Amino acid sequence: MSVAVAGLGPVRHVVANGVRVIAKATGVTPAVTIHVSAHVGSAADPPSLPGLAYFLSRMIDRGTQSMTADAVAETLEGRGVSLAASLTRHTLSLVCTCLVEDFDDVLRIMADCLTRPVFPESEIATRRGEMITFIRQDEDNPASVAMNGLMELLYGPDHPYGRRPRGTVAGADQINRAALVDFHARMIGPSSTVVTIVGDVVPAAAVAACESVFGDWQPHPVIEANLPSTSPVLERRSRIVPMMNKAQADIAYGFTSIARADPDYYACWLMNNVLGEYSLGGRLGDSIRERQGMAYYVLSSLDANVIPGPLAIRAGVAAGNVERALAAIDHEVEALATDGPTDKELLESKQYLIGSLPRTLETNASIAGFLQGLEYFGLGLDYDLRLPGLLQSVSRDQVHAAARRLLDPARAAVVVAGPYAGPAA
Amino acid sequence: MAALAQPSTLSAGVVHEQVLDNGLRLLIQEVHTAPLATVWCWYRVGSKDEIPGVTGVSHWVEHMNFKGTTNIPRDQVKGLIERYGGYWNGYTWIDQTTYTETATRDALDHMLFIEAERMARSLYDPADCESERTVIISELQGGENDPDQLLDQEVTATAFRAHPYRHPTIGWISDLQSMTRDDLYTYYRRYYVPNNATLVVVGDVDTADVVRLAARHFDPIESRALSPRLYTTEPEQLGERRVTVRREGTTAYLKIAYHAPAVASDDFFPMLVLDAVLSGAKGINLWASFRTPPPQRSARLYQALVNTGLASSVSGGLLPTQHPFLYTISLTATEGVTLDRVEEAALSEIERVRLHGVTSHEVEKAKRQLRARLVFENDSITNIAHQLGYFETLARWTLVPSIAGQLDAVTLDQVSAVAAARLTATNRTIGRFEPSDAVPGRQGI
Repeated sequence: MSVAVAGLGPVRHVVANGVRVIAKATGVTPAVTIHVSAHVGSAADPPSLPGLAYFLSRMIDRGTQSMTADAVAETLEGRGVSLAASLTRHTLSLVCTCLVEDFDDVLRIMADCLTRPVFPESEIATRRGEMITFIRQDEDNPASVAMNGLMELLYGPDHPYGRRPRGTVAGADQINRAALVDFHARMIGPSSTVVTIVGDVVPAAAVAACESVFGDWQPHPVIEANLPSTSPVLERRSRIVPMMNKAQADIAYGFTSIARADPDYYACWLMNNVLGEYSLGGRLGDSIRERQGMAYYVLSSLDANVIPGPLAIRAGVAAGNVERALAAIDHEVEALATDGPTDKELLESKQYLIGSLPRTLETNASIAGFLQGLEYFGLGLDYDLRLPGLLQSVSRDQVHAAARRLLDPARAAVVVAGPYAGPAA
Repeated sequence: MAALAQPSTLSAGVVHEQVLDNGLRLLIQEVHTAPLATVWCWYRVGSKDEIPGVTGVSHWVEHMNFKGTTNIPRDQVKGLIERYGGYWNGYTWIDQTTYTETATRDALDHMLFIEAERMARSLYDPADCESERTVIISELQGGENDPDQLLDQEVTATAFRAHPYRHPTIGWISDLQSMTRDDLYTYYRRYYVPNNATLVVVGDVDTADVVRLAARHFDPIESRALSPRLYTTEPEQLGERRVTVRREGTTAYLKIAYHAPAVASDDFFPMLVLDAVLSGAKGINLWASFRTPPPQRSARLYQALVNTGLASSVSGGLLPTQHPFLYTISLTATEGVTLDRVEEAALSEIERVRLHGVTSHEVEKAKRQLRARLVFENDSITNIAHQLGYFETLARWTLVPSIAGQLDAVTLDQVSAVAAARLTATNRTIGRFEPSDAVPGRQGI
C-alpha cells in the first residue's frame, strides 16, 4: 500500500483580526482552488425566519459595496471562474478554481463578497422566487421528503437539526434586506472565517494575499448557533408520506449518532463503513441490492458533527418492497449490533479507508475541502499523517461496542416517502 | 505504435499508443504527481446498438459485468480494488460502455486483471441476471421520480424518429421485464472483444511496465470478427415538435432540444462556443464537467430568464457524440410563473441570437471560459484518462490534444452561422412538464 509519507504539510497563518489561512502548494495544474468558509449555517436560523442562512448564501455574491452583482459575475466569468456558494448546517462556503494568473483578483472579489455584501433589493425578490421554487421541488422529491422527515423525527421540529435547511415558503416570504444585513453582521466575522488555498501558488504569497484582502476587516464578536442537546430516543418512530404520483419509494432510517470529538469516532466510522459503505453499500448493499435485488441504491452515512448528527440509512425501493426492505435493514442493523463485524470485514474497511487517502487528496479542490474539515474540527495540520494510525489502532471489540451503542431497531426513526400508504390491512 | 506530444495542461506529456495482436488498443500516459494509477476499459457499444425488444441491454450487461468472473468470485469483484483504497465504477451511454478503477499504483496489476476477466470471463449466473432485473427497474423508477429526467426522456424520444438515439439508455420498461439471460449473454459475447475495446492507463506508472502487464493479461483473449453495424440516419426534421407531460407535481419544467452536430463535424466546436454564450461553459468532459457549476450568470439565457425571475434555473447541454445528437436547453419555471411565459422569453432570446448572432466580446469570453475549463477538468488522472478513452471510442483520441487549438480557431462568423442554421423552429422539439395540480405541503400519516 502506498501512502504518502511526507504528508500535505500545509502552512497555517492567522491574520491579526482572526481570519485563519491555510495554504498548500501543488503543481498539478496551473490553477488554484480558493475555499472560503464562514462558520455559520442553517443551524443558526432564527426560529422565526427559517431559511435565513440559505437565503444569505444565495445573496452573498450578488453585489458588494464596490461591485454590482453583474460586475461580480462578469469579472469572474470573463476568467472562466464560477463561484459556488453552498451552505451546510454549520458552514457557509464560497469555493472556486481559477487560473493562477487570476488568483489575486479572484481572491479579492471573494473577500469583498464575504465581508462587504450589500444585498440589493433588486436581487432579493428574484432570489426569493428561486428559493421558493427549490423548496417546492424538494417537496416533490421523495428522497428529500424522506430525509427531512427523518431529521424531524430524530431531533424534533424545533431543534436546528430538525428544521429544513432551506426553510419554508412562509419563511422565504418574510425574509427581507434588514434581516439579511443583521444576520450577516451578527454571524459572520473574521474570527469564524477560514480560507484554504491550494494550487500552483507559493504558500507565503497566498498568505500575503489574504493579509491584503482580509486584513482591514474589523473584528467583532460573532454569535454561535444555539444547539440544544438532544434527549435519547427510547422507542421506534415511523412516518409514512404518501406521494402517489411517484414511481418508487424512498426510505430514510436512522439514529442520532455521536459528536466528532467523541473518542469513539474512529470505531463508529469503521462500523458505518462495514454497515453501509464498503463495496457498494456494505452489508446493507450486499443484502438489499446484491442478494435481494430490491434497490438500485442503498447506503448509510455518518454525520458526526459539533453535536451528534444522524447515522442515516437510505434506499429507493418499489412500493411493494418497502416492508421487505425495512425488515432487511432491521436485520442487518441488529446483526451488526449483536455480533459486531468479522475480522475480515474490519481488515478490509481499514485497508479501504487508509488506502483511499492519496486518492481523496489528489485534486486541489479535494485538498482544500479536507483542510477546511481539519481546521473546523481542530484535528491538526498533520492529521493526514496521523489518520492511518488512528484507524489502524481500532479493535474489533471497539467497533462492536460502537455498533451496540448506535444501532438498535427498537430505537430507529423510519420515514417512507413515495407511492406507498402503509402496510396492507 | 505512435507517441504524440501534448499541449500544456496536466495532460502535458506523451500518450503512448499501441495495438496488441488481438486488436486491443492501449493508450498510456505517465503522470507522476501522486502515487496513483487509473485504468479505464472502453467498449464501442452503447444504447444506439440496441434493437427493439432489448433496449437497455448495454446497460444491463454493464451491471452483470460486476457480478463475478471465472477467476474472481462474485463477492470479491468490488473488494479487490477497495482493499487498495481504490475507486471503481462504470457507465453506459448512447455510444459507449466503460469501466474504471483508480487506486494506488501498486494495484495496477489487479486492475488490469479485473478488466481482462471482465472482457472474457464474466459469469452471467441466471439467478444474478434475475436479481439484477429488479435493481435496474428500481434505477429506472428512481429516475422517473424526477420530473426533469422524465421530461428529458420524452423529449429525446420525440426528437428522434428513426435513429436509435431515441430510446433511453436504461431501456423501455417492457424490454427490462422480458429480456432473458441469453439476450444478455449473447450481447456480451458479441461486443466484449479486444478488437472492440480501448484500454487506457494513466498515472504514476512506467509505460513499459504497463505494456508488459497488459500483454500478459489480454494477449490470451482472442479477437473475433465484429458484424457490421447498421444505423439509420435521422432524416431532417420538417417542423417543430412538441411533447407535454402532465403529472401531479409542484414545479413546471421546459426543455428546448435542437438536433446538434456530431463530434467530428466542423460545426461542433462553434456550437460548443455558442452554448457557452447562451448558458455558460461546461467544458467537454462528461465525467468531470458536472462537478463544477458553469460560469453562467453573465450568459444570455441566465440574464434573460433567471435574472428576470422567470426561471429558477437554466442549463444547456452539448456533449460529444458519434452521431448527431441533441443540444438541449433546460429551464425550471419559478414558482408562480407560467410555462408559457418562460417559453416565450426563452424562444425570444434564442431567436435574437439566431437572427442577429452574438458579439465578439461574448465569443472571446466563452472561449476563455472553455480554455479555463479544459485546465480545471484535467486535474486528476481519472479525468485525463476518461477523455482519452471517450474520444477514442467516439472518434480518435488525438482529438483531445487538439481541443484547445480548435476552440481558439472558432470565429464569430462561425458561431453566428451555426446559430442561424441550428436554432431554427423546424429543428427543435419543445418539451413541457406541467404539474397537473398543485401538491399541497405534505403531512405525514
